[in-house]
Amino acid sequence: MLELGKILENRPVAKDIYEMVLEAPEIAKAARPGQFVNLRLSDKLDPLLRRPISLHGIDPEKGTITMLYLIVGKGTAMMRDMEAGAVVDVLGPLGNGWNCDFEGRYAVLIGGGIGIAPLYPLAKALAEAGKTVELIVGAKNKEYLTDLSLYETLGVRVTVTTDDGSAGIKGFVTEALANSIQEKICDYIYACGPLPMLKFVEKLAIANKKPGQVSTESHMGCGLGICLLCPSKVTAGGYKRTCTDGPVFEIGELDYE
Amino acid sequence: MSKNTKVRIGKTEWKNPVTTGSGTFGSGLAMTDYVDLNRLGAITIKGTTLEPRPGNLPPRMVETRSAVLGSVGLENPGVEAVLNDIIPKVALYDSVLVVNIGGSSVEDYGEVAKRLDTSPDVDAIEINISCPNLKKGGLGFGTDPEMAGSVVKAVRQNTGKTVIAKLTPAVTDITVMAKAARDNGADALTLCNGYPGLAISTRTRKPILGNIQGGICGPSLKPLNMLHVWKTSQAVDIPIIALGGIMNAEDAIEYILAGATGVSIGTGNLVDPTTTMKVVAGIEKYLEESEFEDINELIGLAWKK
Repeated sequence: MLELGKILENRPVAKDIYEMVLEAPEIAKAARPGQFVNLRLSDKLDPLLRRPISLHGIDPEKGTITMLYLIVGKGTAMMRDMEAGAVVDVLGPLGNGWNCDFEGRYAVLIGGGIGIAPLYPLAKALAEAGKTVELIVGAKNKEYLTDLSLYETLGVRVTVTTDDGSAGIKGFVTEALANSIQEKICDYIYACGPLPMLKFVEKLAIANKKPGQVSTESHMGCGLGICLLCPSKVTAGGYKRTCTDGPVFEIGELDYE
Repeated sequence: MSKNTKVRIGKTEWKNPVTTGSGTFGSGLAMTDYVDLNRLGAITIKGTTLEPRPGNLPPRMVETRSAVLGSVGLENPGVEAVLNDIIPKVALYDSVLVVNIGGSSVEDYGEVAKRLDTSPDVDAIEINISCPNLKKGGLGFGTDPEMAGSVVKAVRQNTGKTVIAKLTPAVTDITVMAKAARDNGADALTLCNGYPGLAISTRTRKPILGNIQGGICGPSLKPLNMLHVWKTSQAVDIPIIALGGIMNAEDAIEYILAGATGVSIGTGNLVDPTTTMKVVAGIEKYLEESEFEDINELIGLAWKK
């Protein structure tokens, strides 16, 4: 659906990372964890296309959606400069979303960089469903870490890894995942982050016969599955649409080569 | 609406001039939350080919200034699947159904047309002789009047339905191509497909698109295609469907004044999925408020004495 969302809040939460809260009651009511919205940031023709941003918070009672976003280009820089009270044209909720129902007890969620964004609504849904949830966060350094206490409030065990060791374990998320698999506290894996990270997570998951899902991203034309401009290559051959067949794919489904 | 918005394209009558750019609207079926398909003059569906095609390597899209550089590479399930699974569903709506076709040989085009001709649901065939994305065919057909003519002829010989030739804008004199299409049996023209373009990344120091080159679509194309419509509408007597950067009714009306009978919304659908509906309503309003009784009176008014 299309909804004009009023910005309630837009603030920095870590280095180059911002959080925007929008009042969008219809979309908040319809959205599921893992879905995204496609934002038209102005009525000008440059930038032309909408910007797909995953949902970091979904609050149907308050009628709000929250986006956690990293400044990477023109669109996200425009988002950063928008102030409370301004209105954004929101298309959504879009995409398939996470499968929140798996066999077993232990879920391991892995967020690399801004890939943490769509994991919060998932962690919440899983915690509410009585699953034991671990969140493994990977960041370049401590400056890029957002406040993780909101996960701890849900009862989620949080493991931090950084490239330089400035916070948590020095190393990659896959090392933390290997530990969790070894400790037998991993029945199902959910991961979102850069493609090289997803590739290594999948490799480890497949080697240990762990099922799960990954959420990927792409530049998008429409977000509605019509333009075929956001293909994800799949192991079965050919392409799927990142926007409507994804952004969430089963482990083993994507072809990273 | 008391005034007439109906236009004729070949053997088909459109309830208004508005259609959809092939490949920017899918089959229309995924757009029904945003668009009343019955309100469109015609639905032009995603291009199909004789065999299924997986499409081009990603990335397939990069945004440039007020434009999109895209290169899908005719990803589609093949004409049989389109005939069986898609066309009967789109035909339930009360709009003219135009099926866009592509190919990499003259025989391919003829064969796809022959298959589509068997369906009573198909009203018109739009020939993509201008797709800038294919290594074979594509641009080769679209820039050579003889080759373009042979493609149109092959389609014409295989169907009695309305035949629309969709031309590339990347030619020195578009009227030569337009005449070649008309002389070989085209009932109408779509002007134009995306303009071939390239984008380079300063980070990788390589082209961004998997296919290297793509078609430029969107608002920055409008003046280029406006001139093509202006010239072509004065050079040939078959109707023209204008395509290129139509984002609102005003853009569409400008094209009609330049000589277009139909107007096609492409990239506008990606930016705002309700664009077609806004253009239909805006054209009606413009006509209602004008001294004219019939949309056809506006066609080419910018050059008519």
